[in-house]
Amino acid sequence: MRRQAPNLIGHGLRLGLLAMSALLGGCSRDVMNPAGDIALQQRNLILFATLVMLLIIVPVMVLIVLFAWRYRRGNPNKTYDPGFDHSTTLELVIWSCPLFIIIALSAVTWTSTHLLDPFRPLTRIAPGKPVPPGTKPLEVEVVGLDWKWLFIYPDLGIATVNELALPTNVPVHFSITSTDQFNAFYAPTLAGMVYAMPNMRSELNAVLNRPVETTGYSSNYTGRGFSDMQFRLRGMAPADFDRWVAGVKGAGGGLATQAYIALAKPSERAPVMHFASVQPGLFDRIVNACVEPGTPCQADVMHRDMQRAGGTAPGSAAKPAAPSQPKPGDPHHRDMTRADPSLAPGAVRAGHA
Amino acid sequence: MTDTLTKTIFGRLTWDSLPIHEPILVGTFIVVALGGLAVLAAITRYRLWGYLWKEWFTSVDHKRIGIMYLVLGIIMLLRGFSDALMMRGQQAVAFGSDQGFLPSHHYDQIFTAHGTIMIFFVAIPLVVGIVNFVMPLQIGARDVAFPFLNNLSFWLTVAGAVLVMLSLFVGEFARTGWLGYAPLSELAYSPDTGVDYYLWSLQIAGVGTTLSAINMVATIIKMRAPGMTMMKMPVFCWTALCSNALAVAIFPALTAAFFLLILDRYAGTHFFTNQLGGAPMMYWNMVWIWGHPEVYVLVLPAFGIFSEITSTFTGKRLFGYSSMVYATVVITILSYLVWLHHFFTMGAGPSVNSFFGIATMVISIPTGAKIFNWLFTMYRGDIRFELPMMWVVAFMLTFVIGGMTGVLLAIPPADFVLHNSLFLVAHFHNVIIGGVVFGLFAGMVYWFPKAFGFKLDPFWGHVAFWGWTVGFWIAWAPIYIVGLMGTTRRVHHFDDLSLQPYFIVAAIGAVVILIGILGFVMSIIMGFVKRDQLRDTTGDPWEGRTLEWSTTSPPPAYNFALTPVIHNLDAWYDMKTHGYQRPAEGFRPIHMPRNTGAGVILSGLAFTLGFGMIWYMWWLAALSFVGLFVVAIGHTFNFNRDYFIPADEVTRTESQRPQPLEARA
Repeated sequence: MRRQAPNLIGHGLRLGLLAMSALLGGCSRDVMNPAGDIALQQRNLILFATLVMLLIIVPVMVLIVLFAWRYRRGNPNKTYDPGFDHSTTLELVIWSCPLFIIIALSAVTWTSTHLLDPFRPLTRIAPGKPVPPGTKPLEVEVVGLDWKWLFIYPDLGIATVNELALPTNVPVHFSITSTDQFNAFYAPTLAGMVYAMPNMRSELNAVLNRPVETTGYSSNYTGRGFSDMQFRLRGMAPADFDRWVAGVKGAGGGLATQAYIALAKPSERAPVMHFASVQPGLFDRIVNACVEPGTPCQADVMHRDMQRAGGTAPGSAAKPAAPSQPKPGDPHHRDMTRADPSLAPGAVRAGHA
Repeated sequence: MTDTLTKTIFGRLTWDSLPIHEPILVGTFIVVALGGLAVLAAITRYRLWGYLWKEWFTSVDHKRIGIMYLVLGIIMLLRGFSDALMMRGQQAVAFGSDQGFLPSHHYDQIFTAHGTIMIFFVAIPLVVGIVNFVMPLQIGARDVAFPFLNNLSFWLTVAGAVLVMLSLFVGEFARTGWLGYAPLSELAYSPDTGVDYYLWSLQIAGVGTTLSAINMVATIIKMRAPGMTMMKMPVFCWTALCSNALAVAIFPALTAAFFLLILDRYAGTHFFTNQLGGAPMMYWNMVWIWGHPEVYVLVLPAFGIFSEITSTFTGKRLFGYSSMVYATVVITILSYLVWLHHFFTMGAGPSVNSFFGIATMVISIPTGAKIFNWLFTMYRGDIRFELPMMWVVAFMLTFVIGGMTGVLLAIPPADFVLHNSLFLVAHFHNVIIGGVVFGLFAGMVYWFPKAFGFKLDPFWGHVAFWGWTVGFWIAWAPIYIVGLMGTTRRVHHFDDLSLQPYFIVAAIGAVVILIGILGFVMSIIMGFVKRDQLRDTTGDPWEGRTLEWSTTSPPPAYNFALTPVIHNLDAWYDMKTHGYQRPAEGFRPIHMPRNTGAGVILSGLAFTLGFGMIWYMWWLAALSFVGLFVVAIGHTFNFNRDYFIPADEVTRTESQRPQPLEARA
């Protein structure tokens, strides 16, 4: 009956995936047996793509060995046809077999790249469990320091170094940046990696589906302390997570501006640290490289540059240049070093409603 | 006062720049110095300096230059592989509380040097060397289009190699990885000489490679024998053309990227810094716009070598010649369109990532077509499993796995998991070793008799083959597996003891590959020792099909006494089947380019320029820079650039050869 055929293929594929993941899951590793839904989808993609490619690779390898053996000089049972150097039919097959596989993989690539884009908010918590409407993701801000990871929970008002605790089955939205280097924020069991870059904000949306005690890494080499730039990833049931947050709050210590500046100094093999309070807006200032009091924030420097150049900053109404404004060509434009006192932390920033 | 004087003369070079307190380096230096002195002493003892200078160093003969490139590549292979052994050793033992035997400071230089040396001073010279030697012979030419430029290119590459080797003993090498990514490679995070050594040695060598590429393209376009249309050209020459055209287009991008980084480090500009408008991401884009096509620059000639060998040893014309040519051209063009796949994780967005991912996968279609074409050349062939053909089969089986893992990595969400992991490292070693290195060994075994007049020792050749093929899989299969477990690359020590067995197996594999390398060196030595038994008397030891096999082994300086006229693909096979008789008389004086020492001198000045810039010895850099102009312009006034080989000398040389049919009788 016609309806059975697709089921067989679906079942067969799922069986194949299961078999492969069982074989590789015996390696008991974060990539092949992940605790996070995004990582799970990525693993399935890896296995699926491998299986599809093996469909052509295995026959090719068999043919190589077969032909090498059959057509060796010593074999009397072969045909030697020195004139056989062209066949249009064979060429069509040769070009179209890989083409079809690549078309299939391209379709999978397009869809999966869009669905698994780290910037894309989650639509499901686990296979068959969509995100309940109105769920607010847990916000975590990640800063790659030299050579340690700072995690800020802005809504909870706490921060940690080298320890990332997450409640299970709650979508998490990471905002990621770095101070000096191009780091890569990577917890294999959670989701794929995203680069943490100075003056830039990357995002990652992920969820943990079961409690874990595992490790996360930086996966881009950044110098001396790189090999030790690891963090503990702790997945816990929501009740346990609330207890953990309370524990961090109770332990005291705060991450105000000066404490952060001291923390940002290069150090290796940093121990886990907890901060019961965090300066509000610290992450924004880290992204804009204006943590140090008196330094202008990048966003404002860029905004000023655009205004000086006679253009308009995005989001603000078009304003004609006032007569007192310096005109294009004015040496005023070359002065990029003066600190504008109106941009000290807490002051209202231009262009923000 | 003396302090300022010392600083002006020596820049930042001090006694502390010498690694007197590092036992491993002191030991290495002693071994290298003793070995080097032994070689110099031997050359002096046997009075070979004059011979080496006149016959080799100043030679503008593509055959001699090709051989010198190969010698450079093999020497640098030994250095690059020592780095590999040290890395494997460190990663096999550095678990838990054991920090290994290499401090992180050294380990980081070693993995940077390993990659830099292997790509720039092993793969490129070996590929350029083989193209140099073989291509003019295959197109029926007497030399390349610009023989002096050829010599200069070689010596510029040597100057770069010497700078890199020097960094082992004077100062430090870069600790950034082989591409020197910003912002790590900026002055703020890499203030010492390391990145400067990296940049100047590669800039100098890069000029050499660019000039060589221009040379090869011009040669192939303009100097083919009459009757050899593009579609009657051997496939190896097609791959050489595409590879070198690619090189001409991409090396300026690398030169520009390095130049901007040099400006950042020397002149305080902010192209790739984090402050004042700098964009490190720009550096990543520029180096990878070079970096991805570069690997096709390396692998295309390897594919060409496989085509030639498969055709010869199956006794058939290559299956689907036109298809192979189109596939080569398509690969060349597509390789420009994929560079972002090296940093999918940088957040370019799903549409951009998908474009580059799909473009990357599309390259596997023409590559797959090539594999099939080799397969069907073997089909209904009469395959002789001499060493070159064995390398071909090993390549086919190894490379397809590497290609498969490449297509896997081309899927961005898969790459989010596997980027910068040991899976990635295993992938590119799979395709570079399985593709480029196996191709180079196949080519060296195949064309060695043409270059030197005797075959390589077969026993040690087999040792080399099995050492490489078996060793490769023992070394890299475990790395694939730990990569799939999420292990990052370039890590100095590990905390997870359950990974250690994999790294121990990988280290054993590296030792097996070492046996392969030593086997190859032995095959050269024993080939020389037994050269009378292994002599190639006919010039055509493998029943070849292309024009190089119509010359003696080794060919005379002028290659062809009379320029051949081509009627068909597989020109030499065509000549043989039509009862070709080589003329014994009627030769004319042959116009030849004269040797010159200008290439050596210019490269020496380039070396001192680099050294001066690295160590902030501005007077040395300035003098060298001026010297370069003076010598280059002075050389243009050297009108004594050519000579003629008299006709009777040609007749004499040709008469000493047996006729092809007599040799067969």
